[in-house]
Amino acid sequence: MASTPAEYIQHHLQNLTYGKLPAGYERADGSVLDQATWTIAQTGLEARDMGFMAFHLDTLGWSLLMGAIFILLFRSAAKSATAGVPGKLQNFVEMCVEFVEGVVKDTFHGRNALIAPLALTIFVWVFLMNSLKWIPVDYIPGLASLLGLPAFKIVPTADPNGTFGLSLGVFILILFYSVKVKGFGGFSKELAFTPFNHWSLVPFNLFLEILGLLTKPLSLALRLFGNMYAGEVVFILIALLPFYVQWTLNVPWAIFHILVIPLQAFIFMVLTVVYLSSAHEEHH
Amino acid sequence: MNINLTLFGQTLAFAIFVWFCMKLVWPPITAAMAARQKKIAEGLDAAGRAQQDLKLAQDKVSNTLRETKEQAAQIIEQANKHANAIIEEAKQQARTEGERLVAGARAEIEQEVNRARDQLRSQVAALAVAGAEKILESQVDAKVHNELVEKLASQL
Repeated sequence: MASTPAEYIQHHLQNLTYGKLPAGYERADGSVLDQATWTIAQTGLEARDMGFMAFHLDTLGWSLLMGAIFILLFRSAAKSATAGVPGKLQNFVEMCVEFVEGVVKDTFHGRNALIAPLALTIFVWVFLMNSLKWIPVDYIPGLASLLGLPAFKIVPTADPNGTFGLSLGVFILILFYSVKVKGFGGFSKELAFTPFNHWSLVPFNLFLEILGLLTKPLSLALRLFGNMYAGEVVFILIALLPFYVQWTLNVPWAIFHILVIPLQAFIFMVLTVVYLSSAHEEHH
Repeated sequence: MNINLTLFGQTLAFAIFVWFCMKLVWPPITAAMAARQKKIAEGLDAAGRAQQDLKLAQDKVSNTLRETKEQAAQIIEQANKHANAIIEEAKQQARTEGERLVAGARAEIEQEVNRARDQLRSQVAALAVAGAEKILESQVDAKVHNELVEKLASQL
């Protein structure tokens, strides 16, 4: 365990990174690698030096676990779905489905079989990933350090890789449907001739529209990441207090997250639907 | 806080989850919901129809009841009338029968009287003849005086 508060915080915000260190790299324990090696980063510096060729094992693991919970829960309800009196699980699942369907119907006016399941997946998955914040900040990282892992961070949405991974998927879908619905020419024309329909303003339009396009995944990912990361930092700061006063701040903050966690999941879902809806519509 | 391959791992997982949800989760659940919706709509419809039927049946029952009551009242009235008529008729019959009996009796009495009178008359005639014989001390020829005697007897 880290000793100073700064180290403690840094330790809690460090992901368990598995990546490639270059040959000749001097590791934290002083040993020098004689060839490029895939290994687990022992310090934040090592993780940083791995660059792009690295995985956050904790982010991937926990997000996959949450996704698997979502899939198994909903699949088991779907398998035994009956038109008769629904069980408790089916009731819950139907509530989620109905809620998402309502949002999609209100926002998305095209016909696309992907949008509603996509929205459901985003909502439930992001909700589950966010909800890992309710687990006290030291429990699972503490367990991990007992197992000898150098760092562990359990909330995948407090890792920009997690949120950008999602928004990248959404971005690809936005591009895909823009081209599919309007054709490549139509989409290019839309980028080049809006908002100012004049040939002399094409570069300006392109700059504006492409910026707008790129802003969409960026704002999606950063909003979720920012909220979750900031909340996590506050939880960690509270955890630095003496244990007998922690609850005075911890409890209200956790209760506040009853609002924040579903809200962020909801916003991510709604914005995804809105962006995809605008990708389906012709602009004039 | 480093951007690295986790990004693509996350995107891939995302794509797989969405695909799974679209293929294996969403359709059965929405199908079940739609089926239930239909079932509920049908049930409500049937309930509405049953209620209407019930109302119709109740109307019919009360109508029938009313009609029956009216009919019963009519029948009772008719029966009363009929009974009255029968009584009246019986009274009439009794009266005429009584009158007839009385008249018969009277006729019989008169007949008796007449017969007694006839008897008496014939006896009176014989008596008168006998008395006259006694008085005249002679035989009265009944044949000769028959007319006279008859006249006398009829005057009685």
